Amino acid sequence: MASLKDFRTRIASVKSTQKITKAMQMVAAAKLKRAQEAAEAARPYGEKVAGTVANLAASVKGSDAAPKLLRGSGKDQTHLVVVATSERGLCGGFNTNIVKKARELITSLEAQGKSVKLLTVGKKGRDQLKRLFGAISVGHIEFAGVRSLGSAQSAQVSAKLVEMFDAGEFDVAHLVFSRFRSVISQVPTVQQLLPVVAPEGVKTADIGGGVYSYEPGEEAILEALLPRYLDSQILGALLENAAGFYGAQMGAMDNATRNAGDLIKKLTLQMNRKRQAMITTELTEIIAGAQAV
Amino acid sequence: MATSGKLHFSLVSPERALFSGDVDQVVVPGVEGQFGVLSQHAPFMTVVQQGAIRILDGSAERRIFVGGGFADVTPDGLTILAEDAVDLSQLDTAGLERDVQNAREDVRDAKDSEAKAAAERKLARLEAIRAAA
Repeated sequence: MASLKDFRTRIASVKSTQKITKAMQMVAAAKLKRAQEAAEAARPYGEKVAGTVANLAASVKGSDAAPKLLRGSGKDQTHLVVVATSERGLCGGFNTNIVKKARELITSLEAQGKSVKLLTVGKKGRDQLKRLFGAISVGHIEFAGVRSLGSAQSAQVSAKLVEMFDAGEFDVAHLVFSRFRSVISQVPTVQQLLPVVAPEGVKTADIGGGVYSYEPGEEAILEALLPRYLDSQILGALLENAAGFYGAQMGAMDNATRNAGDLIKKLTLQMNRKRQAMITTELTEIIAGAQAV
Repeated sequence: MATSGKLHFSLVSPERALFSGDVDQVVVPGVEGQFGVLSQHAPFMTVVQQGAIRILDGSAERRIFVGGGFADVTPDGLTILAEDAVDLSQLDTAGLERDVQNAREDVRDAKDSEAKAAAERKLARLEAIRAAA
């Protein structure tokens, strides 16, 4: 049976854990706000690029002059799955959910007889996937120590993708990431990156029946624009992931703090019972002793 | 529609919107030559090369360095999608000199080819900004 001192030490240790999780929750909340702002700030560029791509893609559709990034390699055999996860843990099921989605995608692609390659972005995803899919992994990109995600990071990913695509290493690329719906809800999502899918439902500028003129030419602009579009899609996904990560971490830490609170209550109750039992025993002994005299 | 005689201009970079407002004229360094955009410009789209954008409004002039991007002129105005943008009017010249110096040292001290390439890119960017300022 644990002594009173044991109870006191345990309560003290749970209390200090609670302090840490509480602090982490508050830090996550502050970072979440910043991550949300960053995702918000990146939106105008993404929308604008998407609109322009939609405009141009419609006009070069079906033409042989269309850039390869849009046209594709003409095959549908090798798929590259890019899995974007966080660098750190302590965020509940956030990474596990993304990994689960990725696993489903890979399994279903393999069932269709496609060959699949895997590129992981973020440490946690690699840790979880390397055991099952280590053999098909073709690379890993990590942003450890990066304080704020920006176009430099997404450019790293998109440059690698374009390089591999040009080398004919894959035909279709998918990105698995977590869409940030709200602080408490992050939805693992699969998005096709390459060949570029012309965005739908974006508002395109009404030029009032006028004719657009392009310099140098439509294809040349598209050629230069598509990598940027890819970039902005990846950046958007990375930023949503970051916001989702902090949201998930906030939730997980809130839970942990509450659990620690419950545990403290339970331990205090047990300790008090023990103390009372000891007092009762002592009293009984004294009374019994007095009666014996 | 811009009927006020002013041009609506917005400059956005991947991370954020940098400028949005009505101005008289914007001069942009296009790949096929510099061009000025006034209000009521015909729809037009081009690739922008590295250089300074001049924003003219009344007698005020603002210069913003861009590291390349796209210019899109519609009846609604001009939008520039810039990859990298630095406001030259807020530029700290002494600080820039120092950064260029540091970047030069980085290039010299780079240990492997990857670090050297990264340092060279950084130096090229800083020198382009200095040239534009």
